[in-house]
Amino acid sequence: MVELDAHPQDWARYTPGQRLFRFLVFLASVAAVVWAVMSIDVIWPWVLDAPEQMGDLFGRMVPPDFSNLSDILWVLLETVNIATIATAVAVFAALPVAYIAAQNTTPNIATLWLGRFILVSSRSVNTIIWALLFVAIFGPGIIAGIVAIMFRSIGFIGKLLGEAIEEIDRRPVEALEATGASRLKVILYAIVPQVMPTFWAVSILRWDINLRESTVLGLVGAGGIGIVLQSAIDTFNWPEAATVLLAILALVILGEIVSATLRKRII
Amino acid sequence: MLKISNLVKRYGHGEPVLKGLDLEVPGNSVVAIIGASGAGKSTLLRCINRLVEPTSGTIALNDIVLSDLKGRELRAARRRIGMIFQSFNLVDRLTVMENVQSGRLGYLPFWRAASRRYPKRDIRRAYELMERVGIAHYANKRADELSGGERQRVGVVRALMQEPEILLADEPTASLDPKTSEQIMELLRSLSAEFALPVLINIHNVAEARLYTDRIVGMRYGKIMFDAEPSRLDKAAMDEIYAGLPAEERGEEETPAPSLQVSAA
Amino acid sequence: MSQTRETWPETWHRPPMIANPVLRYGLAAAVLVYALWAVTSLPFDWQRAAEGLARAQRIFAGSIPPSFERSGLLIDGFLESIKIAILATVGGVLLSIPIAFMAAKNLAPKPIYLLGRAIIIVARSFHPVIVAILFVKAVGFGPLAGVLTLIVYSVGFVAKMLAERIEEIDWGQVEAMRSVGAGYLSTLFYAVFPQIMPRQIGLSIYQLDSNLRASAVVGIVGAGGIGSTLANAFGRYDYDFALAITMVIVGAILVSEGISGQIRKRIW
Repeated sequence: MVELDAHPQDWARYTPGQRLFRFLVFLASVAAVVWAVMSIDVIWPWVLDAPEQMGDLFGRMVPPDFSNLSDILWVLLETVNIATIATAVAVFAALPVAYIAAQNTTPNIATLWLGRFILVSSRSVNTIIWALLFVAIFGPGIIAGIVAIMFRSIGFIGKLLGEAIEEIDRRPVEALEATGASRLKVILYAIVPQVMPTFWAVSILRWDINLRESTVLGLVGAGGIGIVLQSAIDTFNWPEAATVLLAILALVILGEIVSATLRKRII
Repeated sequence: MLKISNLVKRYGHGEPVLKGLDLEVPGNSVVAIIGASGAGKSTLLRCINRLVEPTSGTIALNDIVLSDLKGRELRAARRRIGMIFQSFNLVDRLTVMENVQSGRLGYLPFWRAASRRYPKRDIRRAYELMERVGIAHYANKRADELSGGERQRVGVVRALMQEPEILLADEPTASLDPKTSEQIMELLRSLSAEFALPVLINIHNVAEARLYTDRIVGMRYGKIMFDAEPSRLDKAAMDEIYAGLPAEERGEEETPAPSLQVSAA
Repeated sequence: MSQTRETWPETWHRPPMIANPVLRYGLAAAVLVYALWAVTSLPFDWQRAAEGLARAQRIFAGSIPPSFERSGLLIDGFLESIKIAILATVGGVLLSIPIAFMAAKNLAPKPIYLLGRAIIIVARSFHPVIVAILFVKAVGFGPLAGVLTLIVYSVGFVAKMLAERIEEIDWGQVEAMRSVGAGYLSTLFYAVFPQIMPRQIGLSIYQLDSNLRASAVVGIVGAGGIGSTLANAFGRYDYDFALAITMVIVGAILVSEGISGQIRKRIW
């Protein structure tokens, strides 16, 4: 009997400490939600009203009005061009940034921090906020849009590419250094080939994301299909807004298919 | 002739890995460096072409002192030292030809390297050498499509493309199966004779070292314990190089009787 | 040695990525033509852009030093963003669970599976800013539109990832539960939930982080939170205040990214 007592009679999955911790985390989460619900500036009857309002809006969109379809498709193509040009430029601009932001290739500590600073500031500011700034600078239009997408993409591409550089196989680099090749040639022959697959994958991925982002640039005046959507909404032309939305949906799905195929082909 | 005198290498503030090493490698001899892992073999080799920076001492190749060269001069000196690696260190995603030509990178202008427009002379030499080691028909294949032995041949050709005055080989056969490693050792020996090259080989496999080299240098604790022709590497010498280490560390096919005393490391 | 020697070429070209020359040059030409057309067809307004330099100077001069004078407004906007993110995460994650089960091939019947996938695709395809505009029109300006927007945004990501996890579950565990005679709910709780729970918690934390980021953006079109504060500051040319807000947003994003990364590292 004494020996049997060594086995506990009841069983619990977690130790009391773990249970206490889990309970506290749970409590904190509930408290956060309650705080948010209690203090948020929302008129609650409106919440109950929301489904009806949405239904009403949706009702006004049906049936979509396709009379302006050719114009819409043309602007849509323009949107694709904005995304593509911006991605292409950003990809090249990101290369030196990735190079100095990778610990194993950066020339010195100052350049490392410069690289990281560029990446962090580019990444933490959303495309739309960049667009807001560049619309203020360049005026409304696609230049602001392209520059905004570029600024955001540099951080994204640079970060992933920098990580790829940090993960390369050091051994071929050592081998080429041993042949007496200069720094630039070592990069060209030992680093570039190793980073190439990531480079393509990241470029395609970012292009796909930029396609989505370029559809909203127009809402802050930075060109593309968003401008058409905004004016349709502003004039309460809901059937046309529906057409624009459908066109955007088609574009994004098509973009996803294209990028998936490209990825398979190239890598 | 390679001449190393009083070479010391210390990483950080720890115990030195190389403790005042002296070594001369004249003419076209094939020299094996044996010793347990951690004896400093790899560091020694990497000090010669300065992939590892020596702490003190001098290294001279054909009367040019390598140990205090910098920048461009160092790169020019490295061209004349071919190196072969344990894990081949090829660039997997490049073709065999590009890997081979990367041995010429020190000589090529940048635009030729970038555009892959190699001089005719280099291409001719590459095909000759590749045929010599039996990989010429792989020129357009990607390096990662090749077997281990073939990859090491690419490594050897890359080193020879440099038109080196000495070959350094760091465990060139450790990643290969026994049959292929014998072929590579045989190849290194015949190339040494053919090109009148001194070859310095770090090697774990003492049996191979005995068979394929003219001289064996045994290292332990960053010092040279033995330096003579293979026939003089007897049990006493082996014990001095490997004393107190488990049999598998000795790199010999035939396991010698285990020595009972354990030396304080 | 001499008579058997093959003759090797004296030139060498890297084997091209696309073997067929017609396709290769055709593709290169197509890319070139597209690039030229894309650049020339876009309605660039160079003149207006050229004036940008002076404007940029004015904006930067006006924004430095950043002004934290109206920090009350800033804190209110920021707290509102946090509330929006929390509520949207809770709502989005709860809504994601049934949708994920609908969109899991191995659990749902075909028509329901297709419906589930369609919901996810639509939710994922629209940028939150577009969704926000629609909600702002439907329910008016303010945080409610923000919460609803980010719920849709969360569903698009969480439901997709969760559905993938559900499709990967180990069926052996489900069969084991069934073989001891457990009912549908017990099977769900003992064999399915334990397998998807870690992923679900990780996803929720990740989503809270990305909702916080997104809430800064959807506010720009009127869906509440710090984004609205920023858009207002910009609209009133208060560039010093706008810079202060941007700095706070960037700081908050870095902190939240760090925290969520740490938590996920431990749970995942």
